[in-house]
Amino acid sequence: MAAHAAAVARALVVPALLVLGWHAAVAATGTKMVPPPLDVARTLWDLCAGGIHDDPFSGSIFGHLWASVQRVYGGFFLAVAAALPLGLLIGRVPVIREMLDPTLQALRPIPVTAWLPLSMIFFGLGPKAAIFLVFLGAFYPILLNTTFGVRAVETRLFEAAAMLGCSSSAMFRKVVLPAAMPSIFTGLRLGHGFAWILIVVGEMTGVPQGLGALIMDGRSLARTDLVIAGMLVIGVVGYASDRVLVALNNRALQWNPQHRV
Amino acid sequence: MKEFLTGSTAIEPSTGPKRPILSVRGVSKQFTIGAGSAATRIDALHGIDVEVQKGEFVCLLGASGCGKSTLLRIVAGFEQPSEGAVTMYGAPIVAPGPERGMVFQDYGLFPWLTVRENIAFGPRERGIARSHVDAIADRFTGMVGLQKFASYYPAQLSGGMKQRVAIARVLANDCELLLMDEPFGALDALTRERLQAELLDIWQQTRLTVLFVTHSVEEAVFLANRVLVMSAGPGRISDDIRIDLPRPRDVSSPEFNDVRRALTGRLTSHLAPGVAPG
Repeated sequence: MAAHAAAVARALVVPALLVLGWHAAVAATGTKMVPPPLDVARTLWDLCAGGIHDDPFSGSIFGHLWASVQRVYGGFFLAVAAALPLGLLIGRVPVIREMLDPTLQALRPIPVTAWLPLSMIFFGLGPKAAIFLVFLGAFYPILLNTTFGVRAVETRLFEAAAMLGCSSSAMFRKVVLPAAMPSIFTGLRLGHGFAWILIVVGEMTGVPQGLGALIMDGRSLARTDLVIAGMLVIGVVGYASDRVLVALNNRALQWNPQHRV
Repeated sequence: MKEFLTGSTAIEPSTGPKRPILSVRGVSKQFTIGAGSAATRIDALHGIDVEVQKGEFVCLLGASGCGKSTLLRIVAGFEQPSEGAVTMYGAPIVAPGPERGMVFQDYGLFPWLTVRENIAFGPRERGIARSHVDAIADRFTGMVGLQKFASYYPAQLSGGMKQRVAIARVLANDCELLLMDEPFGALDALTRERLQAELLDIWQQTRLTVLFVTHSVEEAVFLANRVLVMSAGPGRISDDIRIDLPRPRDVSSPEFNDVRRALTGRLTSHLAPGVAPG
């Protein structure tokens, strides 16, 4: 427990120094463009509980957060639903690999942000475009890691299963899937991270609610404190949800010492 | 020495109604390495004829590259011969199967399964009732002395323990022919000796038939009651030797050393002059 507390303390050193540096820099330059940390903290409090600024943003954070969470996980689970089976198929079935892999690889270098104009044409202004961008961002890490995991299964394990009487139809469930699990988890974790990154881009497409929308509103109103507060909330929520994934990973893959994170 | 070491290069049909458990007839195997104009054909095996009787402990002994592992993999059903036929109790071997349990040098355990689950894998795949599978898993976990490690994962085990699991899982699966591909080659000397002794115990208890690939003369003399000496280019069986030393065998006894020296002589006589035995 003491070791855990010490680890937490060590993790907080750098953020504390950053805040101190930020405060000192604002004080030293006397800038009006960037608010000091204390102003951002007050805005954060106001966003959560109200009672400080009493403006349209007071107490609004949970609405924004909920809207973003729905889009992040809408897009993420759509990506899982598409990329996971596709990755398994591409990894296992040569014909499908030959048919799909070149196209997917050619589409991959296109940055998700480059899809923004098209996604607005396809889905209009609104949450669907945001979900689409999140989907695109999470899709490739999951697909590539799943494919890799499936293809990297050692031949030896297929031989072992076959000589123990495992039928070729059971091979997928008994060998391929568990052997590919570490890679699949890596893909899910990367995809999940990209989903949180892309939500801001997605919500710049003119949705009224969401953390991205909050940041865009802060920008158009020159409320930099709101912008920074929104950024911090995304950071904290993204980090917390990643820890949940890591805990799931460590639980599901306790057999794999290399894959504990 | 002669009374312990008997040459029987000619394979006589076994007397009486006894059918061999394994029969290898005229087996050859060629591989093509590379592609196009750079392609080279390798004669891994040529004209292999062997019959193995039930209960025999047969060592395939030879330097690396003599095709001994290829022959074992053909018997396991992982590879098909280019010519010839391999049959078990008269039935052609076309694919891997639970009656031929393979123990690999690199273990081949399922890393996501515990010791007990690895041992239960075969019985479960063959559709044996759950309660019975549990009893089998317990019995064979105990047989290789791993009760305390039943819920460990392979990554948490030493090499010797992993190989015990690998042996237990094929025994738990009712294999009749135990195929072992240099199974103790990656272990330290002490662990290797322990596992050799344990393997002999298991063999004597179960009267399994064992086909054991090794490049160690000492290991072959210690374990086998029959040694097939293989030589390379193309891979063939150059000697078929019975070893009738009494068991338990004492590696430091003069008789043991006589047999070992004689066998080393047979092995080196097939190697190019000046090449030391592997």
